[in-house]
Amino acid sequence: MPAGEMAATRPKPRLDAENSAFWTGGAHGRLQIMRCGDCSSYIHPPRAVCRTCLSDNVKPEAVPGTGVIDTFTINYQKWHPAMKVPFVIARVALDGAPGVYLTTNIIGCSVEAVDIGDRVRVTFESQGAIHFPLFEKIV
Amino acid sequence: MRANQAYITGIGQSQIGMRLTRHPLLLTLDAVREALYEAGLTIGQIDGVSTYPGKAHAYLGFSPIGADELIDALGIHATWHAGGGEITSQLGAVVAAATAVHAGLTRHVICFRTVYEAAALARPKEYPPPQRDVVEGFSQWFAPFGALSAANWTAQYAMRHVKRYGLTREQLAQIALTGRNNAMLNPRALVREPLTMDQYMSARMISTPLCLFDCDRYTDASTVLIVSAGNALDEVSCKPIRIAAMAGAVERHSWDQAEWMACYATGADLWKHTDYKPSDVDTAQLYDGFSFQAITWLEALQFCEVGEGGRFIEGGKRIALNGELPINTFGGQLGGGRLHGFGFAHEAVVQLRGNGGERQIAGDPQVAVCTSGGGPLATALLLARD
Repeated sequence: MPAGEMAATRPKPRLDAENSAFWTGGAHGRLQIMRCGDCSSYIHPPRAVCRTCLSDNVKPEAVPGTGVIDTFTINYQKWHPAMKVPFVIARVALDGAPGVYLTTNIIGCSVEAVDIGDRVRVTFESQGAIHFPLFEKIV
Repeated sequence: MRANQAYITGIGQSQIGMRLTRHPLLLTLDAVREALYEAGLTIGQIDGVSTYPGKAHAYLGFSPIGADELIDALGIHATWHAGGGEITSQLGAVVAAATAVHAGLTRHVICFRTVYEAAALARPKEYPPPQRDVVEGFSQWFAPFGALSAANWTAQYAMRHVKRYGLTREQLAQIALTGRNNAMLNPRALVREPLTMDQYMSARMISTPLCLFDCDRYTDASTVLIVSAGNALDEVSCKPIRIAAMAGAVERHSWDQAEWMACYATGADLWKHTDYKPSDVDTAQLYDGFSFQAITWLEALQFCEVGEGGRFIEGGKRIALNGELPINTFGGQLGGGRLHGFGFAHEAVVQLRGNGGERQIAGDPQVAVCTSGGGPLATALLLARD
């Protein structure tokens, strides 16, 4: 799926204190994941507490924005009439943030070209204040 | 009988269909009446109600009736009740009821699951679909990327099996084909037409590797299981089925953060609560909202090694009605209808009582396992006829 085709139909997350850094960081080209200031673990989905050590000393931190496709599926079903299919839904394991996965789309290549283990890099698709982190294969 | 144990006594089921016009409360009543009749109980003897996931106000088709409403509508005098989605999937409602029975809080509990998704889809003015333009909580991590259905989330686990363990579409098909073969022998099943391997292989894809026939379809129905206390069985006229072991697990609530589906922890835990072993099981009723889930349950319950589920069901003979481990003998959700978890426990009881009619398995079955969920939430029950 070329970038942008699904743009008109992407539901927008409601921004709050915990998720804003994740959804708006793309304005500055940054993929930001909540991190614990005490034990250095990453916390995703972002919350006000560290799930590893229960500290509330947490804040968003930029990660490299690269990763590996852990698994994926090619979606062919139009879950609503405006949806353009097929497209790839993938689970990406983020570099530098052990244990954190993002559900995302792999764009910029044919759906058949995607496989588990592929190296990918984030690219943002913007809708107003929201910057959706999508991924492209690193060739 | 074991006084401190919980038993499933009466079971009931409404008509199973699509786009039914009968009110969901009345479908629930139909299932309650059948269960009471079978158990020889009256509504006045019911003192507990348990359901999953409670009334779903955001989308009534998913769960149109809650425990509060049923208690009020049927004039039940309840000393204990519960209804909610934050439990280990659908059959968690039975675990809750059995736990309350163990604790002596209640003697006869109506456990129910009513679904009305096909009717709701056909009558959007009465049953408005959920709004999806702005998302929060759990949905925000999936919906913006078009991962709107559990089909997409499950498909990604299935794809790992394809790539890691060599799971094939022909193997996945055996769950759908077995379910459909059995559904054809079940007068109440939702889909009673034959399904061939050719039809399966040429079906359109939903989300690779899952095709149309790997996914259950919206159904309107109600299923009831009455859970009774061991020391109240003298009030019951049907053969009680003992809940010999229960297990449940919750993985990361956001599916994409979980390395393993919750069925694996659940299956391993189940055998710690009983002296029975997988080889004692006469029939397995395995959640198959998506075909792949039944394969993971076979692995999780240790009928085969992790990764071997596809090869275990190769050709389908082993899991057929006359095979060594018959599964989903009512058709599963793929053939019998999306009864959402409760159908598996219902059928386990039918088989253990020898009431399966044309679909009854041979050999006087005494032990059955039934499951619900499997993704981030999972429940397994081991049932035994003493």
